[in-house]
This record gives sequence, C-alpha cells and structure tokens, in this order.
Amino acid sequence: MYRIRLFAIRHSRSFEWIYKRLERAMIALDPLLGKIGYDRVERPVAFVEKCVKTVLFDCKMCGQCVLSSTGMSCPMNCPKQLRNGPCGGVRPGGFCEVKPDMKCVWALAWDGASRMKGGAQIHTVLPPVERNLEGSSSWLRVSREKAAHLRKAREKRRTAIADAFPDARKNEPSAAPLAEEPAQAVKGSK
Amino acid sequence: MSQPYSAPPEGHVSHSRLERVLRSGRFAITAELNPPDSADPADVYEAARPLGEVADAINATDASGANCHMSSIGISALLTRAGYSPVYQISCRDRNRIAIQGDVLGAAAMGVSNVLCLTGDGVGVGDQPGAKPVFDFDSLSLLRTIKTMRDERKFLSGRTIKNPPQLFLGAAENPCIPPYDWRPERLAKKVEAGAEYIQTNYIYDVPLFEKFMARVRDLGLDKKVYILAGVGPLASARAARWMRSNVPGIHVPDAVIDRMEKAEKPGQEGKKICVELIQQMREIAGVSGVHVMAYRKEHEVSEIIRESGVLASRKR
Ligand code: SF4
Repeated sequence: MYRIRLFAIRHSRSFEWIYKRLERAMIALDPLLGKIGYDRVERPVAFVEKCVKTVLFDCKMCGQCVLSSTGMSCPMNCPKQLRNGPCGGVRPGGFCEVKPDMKCVWALAWDGASRMKGGAQIHTVLPPVERNLEGSSSWLRVSREKAAHLRKAREKRRTAIADAFPDARKNEPSAAPLAEEPAQAVKGSK
Repeated sequence: MSQPYSAPPEGHVSHSRLERVLRSGRFAITAELNPPDSADPADVYEAARPLGEVADAINATDASGANCHMSSIGISALLTRAGYSPVYQISCRDRNRIAIQGDVLGAAAMGVSNVLCLTGDGVGVGDQPGAKPVFDFDSLSLLRTIKTMRDERKFLSGRTIKNPPQLFLGAAENPCIPPYDWRPERLAKKVEAGAEYIQTNYIYDVPLFEKFMARVRDLGLDKKVYILAGVGPLASARAARWMRSNVPGIHVPDAVIDRMEKAEKPGQEGKKICVELIQQMREIAGVSGVHVMAYRKEHEVSEIIRESGVLASRKR
C-alpha cells in the first residue's frame, strides 16, 4: 500500500478537506453515539476505520490519529515511530535510515503539510503515544474529545461567573450553577 | 561537582558551567567522551582527562550508533564525582518513559546539570541488531517531559516532584542532511519543546551549514537557543568514506575526502581540517560554540582547540 500512501500525501489537501468534513460529522454524532453507548459502537467503528485507513495511509491504529498535523503521512510508519519530525539519520534523497527503500515518513510529512491549509499544525509539539489506546478507534475519540472541548468552552463562561461570585455560589449554588445541565433544562440547546 | 540542593544562579535554570559560559556570551566548547567497554572507572577518567583541559562540559554518549558500551548515566555519575561537568545524553531507543523520568531524577541527584535529548540511531546499525527498539518518547516529547519535570515539578502522570531536577536542556540537530528546507523548522520545534542549547552533528559542509544558519537567523532562533556546531578530526579518506556510508546522518563532501586523499599525512590533515572548521564556525553569526567529537582521538582534542585559538580571546 506504499503507493497509495504516497498518493494520499501528494493529495494531502484533498484528504485534509475530507477529514475536516468527517470530523464535523463525528462531532455532530456525539450525542447520538453517547446515547447508543460509545462502548457498544467501539468495535464495529474501529473495524471500519482500520480497513479504510490501512488502505489509504498504512494506518497502524495507534488510536490517537494525528494525520492532520503530519501532512497526512502516518508517523507510525516511521520505524522509530517518531511523532515530531525526522530523525537525524535521513539518507540522501530523503530515504529512511532504517528502511533504505522507503521514503522517510517525515520528509513526506513536511512535504504534505506544505500543501495543506492547516499545514502549520506540523509545528505543534505532540506528546508520546498512549500505548494502551492502540487498536481503538481514533474517529470515536475525536468525536468525544472535540465535543467535550466545545462543551468546556461553553462551561468556561459559567465557571467565570461562579469564580467571580464565590459567596453566592456557596450560599445559593443554583445562582451560579456549575454542574452539567441536561439538554432538556436549557432553552435553545439541541 | 555534585553540590547540595540549592537554587540555580539568577537567570539560570541550572548550576551548569556550560549554561554560565553560554549565557555570558563566551564561546563554549564541549567534547564527546568515547565510552569504555569496561567496568573500571579509571578508563573513564583516562578518557576524560584530555577533554577536561579545554571543555566546558563532556558528553557521555548513550549507546550511540546502537552499540553497547558503559551507560551514559554511569559515566555521568563518575564524571561529577571527579569534578567534571557532564552532558548526560538520553536516547529514546532503549528505555521507556518510566525508566527515563526516573533516571533524570537520579542523574540530577548525582550532580548532573546538562542533558541532551536524542532520538537515537536504529538498532539495526548497532552490534546487537536483534534488540527491541523502544522509542516510547521521541526527542521532542522527551524535551517537553523533562521541562515539565523541571518547571512544573511534575511527572507526566501529574504526580508532584518535591525537589525538581535543575537541568540545562539540550537537543541535537543535523543541518547537513535532508529534508534541508525543513531542518530549521524542526529546530524551531525543538526550541518550542524546551531546548535551550543545541549540539549539531558533524559539519564538514560549511556552505550548507551557512545556509541553514541564515534561515535560523531569519526565524530568530539564534536569539532563543545556543547553537554549538559539531566538528571532529577525520582519520583518513577511507575512514571518512566508511563513515559516510555506514554511520547514519553523516555527510562528508567529496572535496573534503579528496583533500584527505591527497595529503601525505592524513592524520595531520584531518586535524588541520578540524582546526580550520572551528575557526570558520566561530565567524558564523549565531554560532555560540563548538562540540568536538574526536572518535578514538580524545588526546588530540585539547591540541585542536588550542591551535584554533578560540580560547585565546576568552578569559577563563
Ligand atoms: S529516516 Fe524518517 S522514517 Fe526513517 S526512522 Fe528516521 S524519521 Fe523515521
């Protein structure tokens, strides 16, 4: 699948577009998935995800997909599994130190990123992979995490109010509420 | 020398002499110690002696080239005992995050005040290619982790560290290999991750390095990180060719190999080239020092540094 992977990186911009759409759809699905139970959908979604991404990107199912930050070049194909850029051993012509027949995953990543709208994301320092998430669905994780992130942004305003009126919060907690509200209780929320 | 736990000097992150020299604007010199295949401390001290005469810090390599030798933490501990200031090299190849974070505390407790975060060469080029490569961290996540331990007083798990390690944080860069255009960007990312000084790989191609440095200056990185250019004496044209094709990440231009080939005394010529390289590095804006890697030629290091004259202008 090396060739298809190279193709995907050459067309990083289109794949970035598709991924952005997919991400939005997954976030929109969060309430539904929450209702069905993320646990229940985990296996089937992970299976589909694995099939699609293995073909396209030689995906290794690390469970913490960062393709949008790596020029659509999967960093888990780097024999050293580096998440933050090329090692110091890249061979002349941009070939890999460990697998001399393969192009360095990170040389390709920078190349792919240069064509992407959000290519600058490649400058962000990424944490090490949590190995206990290997094999799980990254799509579902994106849905959960981004939705939680959005919720938090909304919550932040409420926290600010509670912080600004600490005595009110103590005496009359509902005057400066902090607990998560059920959708039914809030006007205009879906 | 290991000292009681105390706050570093104002404006410093550590008690490191290397940090002091660099922050005061003096031209710094570091040198690499070739680790012994031995359990005798005397072998470490013998190798350190000629380096200690000129170097502000001595690098203890961590199984570089994936070859097994005395460990970098062992060498670092021995060096601090004898009053030398080591650079404790940490490669991500052989240990996971639990081992590394623990070792960082241990090293700091033994008086180590410089670390160098490295990815590490693949196990395939070493003497035990069947070993399991770890690479739990990469050099950047490692940098950020140690920075968090130092500045936030926390392990990656969030657990509090009572007295944090006071370490001057370094990383490597290899300006002379592909992807050339992205190397300065990668350097920026290392600075972002926490690097305070950089030791580069061997540089034999000065024009290529100058191009790299020009871009580094454009990005303003020379103001954010101290860059020590890597140099070293070549033994012979044959050795240079061998290195070029067998050691990952080494670029020696043909012109340099030609010059070695034509020399009557290749050993002398190699030394001379190294002296000239140091003098050239000194003239490049944004270069704060040199890192001398004299493989199996430690005894030549002090002579090379003296001949280059870089110490003459510096009050020690
Ligand atoms: S050359 Fe590139 S792909 Fe190969 S190990 Fe280094 S960073 Fe990874």
